[in-house]
Amino acid sequence: MNAGLAWSDWLGLLGQFMLLSVMSVSGAIGTVPDMHRYLVDRHHWLSDIQFNACVTIAQSSPGPNTLFVALMGWNVGLNAGGGLAAGPSAWLLGLLGLLITMVGILLPSSLITYNAARWGQRNRHRRSVRAFKQGMAPLVVGLLLATGWILVRNGADPLRPWGVWIVAGLSALLVWRTRIHLLWLLGAGALAGAFGLV
Amino acid sequence: MTAPPPLPFPDSAVPTVRPASLAELFMAFNWMALQGFGGVLTVVQREVVERRRWLAPEEFIEEWAVAQVMPGPNVINLGLMLGDRFFGWRGAVTALLGLLTVPLVLVMCLGLVYGRFQDNAQVAGALRGMSAVAAGMIMATALKLLPALRRHPLGVPFCIGIAIASFVAIALVRVPLLAVLLLVGGLSCWLTWRKLLP
Repeated sequence: MNAGLAWSDWLGLLGQFMLLSVMSVSGAIGTVPDMHRYLVDRHHWLSDIQFNACVTIAQSSPGPNTLFVALMGWNVGLNAGGGLAAGPSAWLLGLLGLLITMVGILLPSSLITYNAARWGQRNRHRRSVRAFKQGMAPLVVGLLLATGWILVRNGADPLRPWGVWIVAGLSALLVWRTRIHLLWLLGAGALAGAFGLV
Repeated sequence: MTAPPPLPFPDSAVPTVRPASLAELFMAFNWMALQGFGGVLTVVQREVVERRRWLAPEEFIEEWAVAQVMPGPNVINLGLMLGDRFFGWRGAVTALLGLLTVPLVLVMCLGLVYGRFQDNAQVAGALRGMSAVAAGMIMATALKLLPALRRHPLGVPFCIGIAIASFVAIALVRVPLLAVLLLVGGLSCWLTWRKLLP
């Protein structure tokens, strides 16, 4: 890994993530291939293993998936400072990286959404605004089903692919038809996985 | 804003309430984020629509559509929009912080301990089980949103057709999201626009 980043590098990182923010129509997860090209292939600021770990950890942690971006920034800074063992100076650089990537990925999209939503709320009686909101509603149902579908397929164990489909189907049925607390379901899924059932 | 905005659908059956304070808004979004493994949407729909009744189902699906179409993470966009709707920009910032602060600390902790357990088969299995459950939850959310389409101007069968078309395009054919939003979404919005009275 590299040692040290110049100010122009940090600015470049900020600019790149701000650019990705504007393009992240399907959420930050849709820009992962572009992030990989920038952080791993072009600048070698992260290794392939580190990059994948960032995405996986954020997926298995509570909260918005976008937090994988924070982990990437943290690791870029840590690497620049010589790794976790290098002490507080590296940790500070990690925090700087975290701040830069999170502000970069969140600020532009948040400003756009905030202003567009305000405009829409002020003009909610306009025929065009109503048509847009109501016209998109059936699409939302299809997109959510597709998101779940893709998550199941990508998470399947190649040796026993049906396990995750059964668990996902049961989970969908229970959440749809009952008011069972979601944490119970996640706990059951974790147990089933830990004992090798999925 | 002084009064709660009127419902965009005529005569929605569900009465809605407003959060009492910024603190309630923060805690609500914090709680939602902490319950959401592999995505927060299921929890948001449960809390915002079913438990707290901040939004009617019809409003939720429309706001979600906007949050999805705007750049940026969907759940964060929804938080910004809801926060702004109830408390202006302070609400938007509060919802954003509520969604991110504690989960960010958690994900950093997970990142730090990840190295120790990454090769453990039981841990990998548990994560696989949990992500299957989370995927099922997302699909259940889609099914729960179906009743919100009952009063849709295009009629229920047409709405289901649009939902199926977008599901097939994204999940099975792997068409890029932007193309689906423009083509299927554009068609749906245009047809809705023609049905709505000027």
